[in-house]
Amino acid sequence: MSFYFAQLLTGLANASSLFLIASGLSIIFGVTRVVNFAHGSLYMLGAYLSYTLITTLDLGILGFWGSVVAAAAIVAVIGGAIEVLVLRRIYRSPELFQLVATFGVVLIVQDVALAIWGPADMLGPRAPGLSRAVRIFGEPIPQYDLALIVIGPLVLGLILLLFNRTRWGILVRAATEDRAMVGALGVNQRFLFTSAFMVGSFLAGLGGALQVPRESVSLLMDMSIIGEAFVVVVIGGMGSVTGAFAAAIIISVANAFGVLVFPQISMVLPFLVMAVVLVVRPYGLFGTAASAHGGATVPEAPLRPLSKVGIVVATALFAFLLAAPAQDDTFILVLLTDVLIAMLFAASLHFLMGIGGMVSFGHAAYFGLGAYAAAIAVRDLGLPMLPAMVFGPVMAALGALVFGWFCVRLSGVYLAMLTLAAAQILWGVTFQWQWLTGGDDGILGIWPARWASGNATFYYLALAICGGALVLIRQLAHSPFGFVLRGGRDSPVRAEAIGIDLRAHQWLGFTIAGAFAGVAGVVFVFSKGSVFPETLAIGHSIDGLIMVLLGGVQALAGPLVGAAAFVLIEDWVTRLEYWRFIFGAIILVIVLVAPDGIAGGLGRLWRLVRPARAAA
Amino acid sequence: MLEVEALNTFYGRAHILRDVALTVGGNEVVALLGRNGAGKSTTMKSIMGLARPRSGRVVFDGADIAGAPPFRICRQGLGYVPEDRRVFAALTVEENLEVGRRPPREDAPQFPIDALYQLFPNLAERRRQAAGRLSGGEQQMLTIARTLMGNPRLLLLDEPSEGIAPRIVEELAGVIAGLKRQGLAVLLSEQNLHFARLVSDRAVIIEKGEVRFAGPFATLEANPEIAQAYLVV
Repeated sequence: MSFYFAQLLTGLANASSLFLIASGLSIIFGVTRVVNFAHGSLYMLGAYLSYTLITTLDLGILGFWGSVVAAAAIVAVIGGAIEVLVLRRIYRSPELFQLVATFGVVLIVQDVALAIWGPADMLGPRAPGLSRAVRIFGEPIPQYDLALIVIGPLVLGLILLLFNRTRWGILVRAATEDRAMVGALGVNQRFLFTSAFMVGSFLAGLGGALQVPRESVSLLMDMSIIGEAFVVVVIGGMGSVTGAFAAAIIISVANAFGVLVFPQISMVLPFLVMAVVLVVRPYGLFGTAASAHGGATVPEAPLRPLSKVGIVVATALFAFLLAAPAQDDTFILVLLTDVLIAMLFAASLHFLMGIGGMVSFGHAAYFGLGAYAAAIAVRDLGLPMLPAMVFGPVMAALGALVFGWFCVRLSGVYLAMLTLAAAQILWGVTFQWQWLTGGDDGILGIWPARWASGNATFYYLALAICGGALVLIRQLAHSPFGFVLRGGRDSPVRAEAIGIDLRAHQWLGFTIAGAFAGVAGVVFVFSKGSVFPETLAIGHSIDGLIMVLLGGVQALAGPLVGAAAFVLIEDWVTRLEYWRFIFGAIILVIVLVAPDGIAGGLGRLWRLVRPARAAA
Repeated sequence: MLEVEALNTFYGRAHILRDVALTVGGNEVVALLGRNGAGKSTTMKSIMGLARPRSGRVVFDGADIAGAPPFRICRQGLGYVPEDRRVFAALTVEENLEVGRRPPREDAPQFPIDALYQLFPNLAERRRQAAGRLSGGEQQMLTIARTLMGNPRLLLLDEPSEGIAPRIVEELAGVIAGLKRQGLAVLLSEQNLHFARLVSDRAVIIEKGEVRFAGPFATLEANPEIAQAYLVV
């Protein structure tokens, strides 16, 4: 009995730190509608800063708590700078741009932290005065855990006071409901947004700073916390601080007991809970329908069949790809194969979000599913390459069919979050299911059949598969099925009012997009000869989003341009020291200069140069 | 006090307002009349900065405010009451009023919160209730009161009588007359000709984004074919 009570207390202590970071994330989303991936970075900075302050000042109890608050305050200032320099410029862009921009910030912060604090993990000192354990029912409980259990509700109380008793808090709540109206009543939204971002950043920094006595400070803190923080925000209802508190307790306590029954579950459990909650309550425990949708949506230009110029460009490109093996340069062929795979992956994601209006934060799941299924088919079923290449996408489609059934019940940010949860579940399973997937070691030695093992042959095979799939996707976008998806994207209500079963179409669209991602996955596994859990990880899903957004969402050619640019930039940049910083900076520059992507930006430039033609 | 000249507003590529021009004098109530989709709300939003006019001038007290952000326009002394009420549903009545509060200004009539509760006794009774739980008429009163908390000099009232019980519409007429007595100017958009005539000094009729008539109600009454052509009578 006492053991379970101790376990409960551990869960509650974890809940406090999780609540601090999630509440900040929720406040920022509520006011600015930005899904802030950089929130984990702010948390990490809070930990590093407080580590430095605590160890250099070394001033006892007061010094410890002073350092914690000071670190959080510095993080608040950094958050304010991020808002003013980056986010403020793109509030009118589609919400995904903001997401990608914050991911650029993540990369930059990672390298900045690496440069300042070095790669080694750092174990901070215990909190002075709270360094021992007390016995409760005979079980030792760290005093610091008890302090955290008090701090969580204390901070919740302070936030609620701030929200209900101050003019600032009332304005923030009003802006969470209807930003434009608040502006029309004379409130300067810029000030409101910046201050809300700073308060959210302060909370993230505080959460990080308070972790120093509990875990070692490392460069992995940012991405390890952000997934769980998202889950908490979504379960609680985006924008609701009370919801975040309840959700943090549910997740942490469930985890504390879940690991007793099934030790491997901690990676997957939060996402399972989220999936269940969202199916029952689509807007989270304390959320409302209004909170599902983000910033401004720009009416999209209709898709048009390829113009004459487009046909010429496409033909030239195809001719170039056909002629590439003549160079007989293995490096170029491998790079071009990577480009082809990335193009198909990005195009399948674009089909889902650009055509279907369903933004996925977890599209890599189906890429990885296809790759793993093909690898397992070769290794365990002894299938030859071609049947395995069919088996992979079929399994990816099946996976998308299952997860899609849940996802299409939601929309907007909640749908995106559920796709993220689905991907995390699959990633966790791949990671843990050692005997089937090899876990962290992956599956090795999956090479093409002998007839296709020549560099040029495999390249042509990849070109045929990826090129064929790309043409198919294009045909689908221009088919009646594509019209239905786009109609549903622009106005779900009107689409259903004319007798379309939108959900069924979206479900099918989700499955098709998953299948095409699976095709990209099987080409990938045979070109690399191996597959690892990273192919399903959040990072790879975000790569896909970056490709689509680099190219521009509003054009079918966008993802192709974006994927090519992404692979080429990545190939060049990763050879440099501090490549994350450079890559993050490139992302930020593109997002700030061309909020409609490379293809969109070039299109705008074209119209500027040839205004007469555009008018005609 | 307010002069709108050659205002053109687009939604995407659709040309909504075509050279709209109108004036509102100090302490004058002007009715902006027109059918559904004629461009009344877009005119209001363009004046307030919520829709960005592509060309034209909006001169308020001698300063061109066209294209300025809404919060600046509000601080100049323009109060905007939206057509679909847009109360902050999760906030209490009192908190809704707080969002609208601006420091008092010398050149505008003052509306301290107690005076507003006197003007709208229903709101006083429900000051601690969530605004989302008020009736449609009460929500309309709340949006007007919320805007008056900003001590505006000119009120943009977008279709206040829409979807409201007839008894409340009468009450609304009394409120508008009272605001005029206190020195406010009002631009009132309406489909309801009878209600508009009851409270307004002049009429401006808009159709397909163009002004078709501007003048006293007497002219409208003398020439019923104008109203028949452009309004639902």
